[in-house]
Amino acid sequence: MPDFGGEPEAFRVEAREWLAENFPPSMKNVDLAMTVDAPTGDAKLWKERMGAKGWGTPTWPKVYGGGGLTPAEARMLQQEMARIGARNPIGGMGVMMFGPTLLEYGSEEQKQRHIPPIVRGEIRWCQGYSEPGAGSDLAALQTKAEDKGDHFLVNGQKVWTSGAQYADWCFCLVRTDPNHKHEGISFVLFDMKTPGIEVRPIKLINGYSPFCETFLTDVKVPKENLVGPLNGGWTIGKRLLQHERNSLSGGGGSAGRFAAGKPLDQLAKEYVGVDEEGRVADPDLRTRIIRHQMETKAFMLTLMRAAAESKGNQGPSNATSIMKNAGSKVGQDRAELAVEIMGSQGLGWEGPGFEAAELEQVRNWLGGKATTIYGGSAEIQNNIIAKRILGLLDHQ
Amino acid sequence: MAVLNEEQTMLRDSARDWVREKAPVGAFRRMRDTAAPLGYDPAAFAEMAQMGWAGVVIPEAFGGSEFGYLSLGLVLEEMGRTLVASPLIASSLAAASALVMGGSETQKSEWLPKIAMGEAVATLAVDEGPRHDPLRTALKAEKTGAGYKLTGAKTFVLEGMAADLFIVAARTSGQPGEAKGITLFLVPADAKGLSREQRHLADSRGYAALNLDEVELGSNAVLGEADNGADLLEKTLDRARVGLAAEMLGMSVQAFETTLDYLKTRVQFGQTIGSFQALQHRAAKMFTELELTRSCVEAALTAIDNDAADTPQAVALAKAAAGDTLHLVSREMVQMHGGIGMTDAHDAGLYMKRARALEATYGSTAWHRDRWGRMAGY
Ligand SMILES: Cc1cc2nc3c(=O)[nH]c(=O)nc-3n(C[C@H](O)[C@H](O)[C@H](O)COP(=O)(O)OP(=O)(O)OC[C@H]3O[C@@H](n4cnc5c(N)ncnc54)[C@H](O)[C@@H]3O)c2cc1C
Repeated sequence: MPDFGGEPEAFRVEAREWLAENFPPSMKNVDLAMTVDAPTGDAKLWKERMGAKGWGTPTWPKVYGGGGLTPAEARMLQQEMARIGARNPIGGMGVMMFGPTLLEYGSEEQKQRHIPPIVRGEIRWCQGYSEPGAGSDLAALQTKAEDKGDHFLVNGQKVWTSGAQYADWCFCLVRTDPNHKHEGISFVLFDMKTPGIEVRPIKLINGYSPFCETFLTDVKVPKENLVGPLNGGWTIGKRLLQHERNSLSGGGGSAGRFAAGKPLDQLAKEYVGVDEEGRVADPDLRTRIIRHQMETKAFMLTLMRAAAESKGNQGPSNATSIMKNAGSKVGQDRAELAVEIMGSQGLGWEGPGFEAAELEQVRNWLGGKATTIYGGSAEIQNNIIAKRILGLLDHQ
Repeated sequence: MAVLNEEQTMLRDSARDWVREKAPVGAFRRMRDTAAPLGYDPAAFAEMAQMGWAGVVIPEAFGGSEFGYLSLGLVLEEMGRTLVASPLIASSLAAASALVMGGSETQKSEWLPKIAMGEAVATLAVDEGPRHDPLRTALKAEKTGAGYKLTGAKTFVLEGMAADLFIVAARTSGQPGEAKGITLFLVPADAKGLSREQRHLADSRGYAALNLDEVELGSNAVLGEADNGADLLEKTLDRARVGLAAEMLGMSVQAFETTLDYLKTRVQFGQTIGSFQALQHRAAKMFTELELTRSCVEAALTAIDNDAADTPQAVALAKAAAGDTLHLVSREMVQMHGGIGMTDAHDAGLYMKRARALEATYGSTAWHRDRWGRMAGY
């Protein structure tokens, strides 16, 4: 472990003391970050306390209500929270991607208006990027925003909009110039209650409906909701994707979820049984579990190394593409192995005969297939690695 | 593709036409969405039986056509393409094979004609846990004056909700883990003391858990020889496994073709996504795997038809190869379709779910690899 000097260790004591006083023990291992319903009781208390302290967004500037911590301090806070099973109750797209982007590109008024409610976990954001014809080729987006003096008039269709049915606000890429592909895109914000917005939930292969089609018909977006310059949205939109990849791959404190659930070797011993030496009875499966566990370890070490090497607050880089691909592979492999280990019992869909953890595993396995698709597919990440990091050219 | 005789070509073509006309994936989807209680559409199965598909491995004397396993494999491959749910594997292949190989004249004449006509559904009740392991059979069969008394449980029985007859693996002697002491029994679904409950798996078929509570049977319920049923069971399972492999092959072919079509039509960055080498090479790899898998599946079906000595190895290879290939292709189907592949409205997820269920049935890929290695002396 790198040596952070004397002062940060003092922070560790401070964090530990604050958590001892403010973390309701009933919230141990409870994940509130993605819950849809408004929290009550201890959950409400925990969320409010973290929101007021700004520690749900530990490195964000204090002026907007953030924690104002250094990355080293934030890591310590994270470790202290992990030690007692405290999960960050502040989350969602506002925290993971929109907030950091607005802090970089937003106007002073925009930051003052939008950052504090994200810090307190009050406003849910959704991402209006993808369209039926613009997925990997995001810059092909057609949703158009016409300049009407004091507002833009937005018309078009977005798709795969996660959480649109619950969201309060949307950050959205729109076309403001039909003649320039990348330089004709702008980054705008709108309230999801604005007239002209219709969302239709779409069911996923795991049976849940976490995303929607979003239809925009004559939606009026005030001019003050343009982030950055007109036709300058592509740069901002791409930057946001780096933040998205960073958090998807476990950067910024979400690494814990890769180790969620029972360790695979333990699961295998339960479902498959053990040989005379007490090892997983199926040698073929055992070898693959070991390989996976080692790969997971390598990934975790890389996350830690990247965190230790990142100096200051310059945020994610192209290297997040490596992390996103490595992290999603580890997650998908784990789910496949878990389902295989549990045999038919690991394929329960509903009804009697299955434990809750078994049913959840199936849905996670299927849902996890999205991790190599959203936030830029695995193929797109590989293209970024090949072109932006390795300098390999397209064939001419 | 194996060299087919005229009968086989006709059989395959009629299956292909019927599937195209009567049983596209949409038919499976309707069955799933209406939560059809049996896990398949009985009217569709009646049509299949009418066309003779339920009697392909049953001797003519008992109402079948005795066309053989390669022939039935061709039908199953076509069914696999569009995820047709039916008792063809459980009843017309597995249970029918057990009766043909091990049944007395009386048992055969009682059940085989009905199975061949699709009037009765029979199935194997083997596994007692979530992972396939026939030797671990513990369900107890105690000798009584007139016959046997069976007590114990079975689970994940294919078509268990529809079955009229269960071929139950029970233990008449020895310990779980031993081959000696396993006996197969014919247990009618209406036997006193037998109850069943549906198990809903991700692939929406009609699995059941069985409970046998002092089910009384006569000695004439024994299929084959008492205490020495393990061999018959193994041979029966191998016939079922190769049927599963044929279904998996058909699914893989269709999943691949649907994906290939998408690669040729979906445009991003001003070109079809199939123009990207990153995807081209993966499509080429899948196609190669499909060719290898077809060889393995056809070889195993032929080995059974020829009663070849190396049938078990051939079957293990086919089931393992088909398992790996189907996982590869169904995963790529989702991935290469992007967001739309993740939706319930698209077919990709249906293939992925069925792939996992088939993998877990009658021995996973890993289990068959290990089995193959043992048989080869590794
Ligand atoms: C669960 C889920 C949640 C999502 N949430 C959101 C959201 O909140 N907001 C939002 O805007 N979007 C969201 N998305 C959409 C997601 O960003 C897109 O699905 C993704 O960008 C891929 O686009 P596409 O679906 O159009 O697939 P396509 O771009 O059509 O891709 C199809 C296949 O082609 C491959 N491909 C494309 N181009 C290339 C290339 N140049 N080289 C090699 N391969 C290539 C892709 O990798 C993929 O395998 C979500 C998606 C999912 C599955």
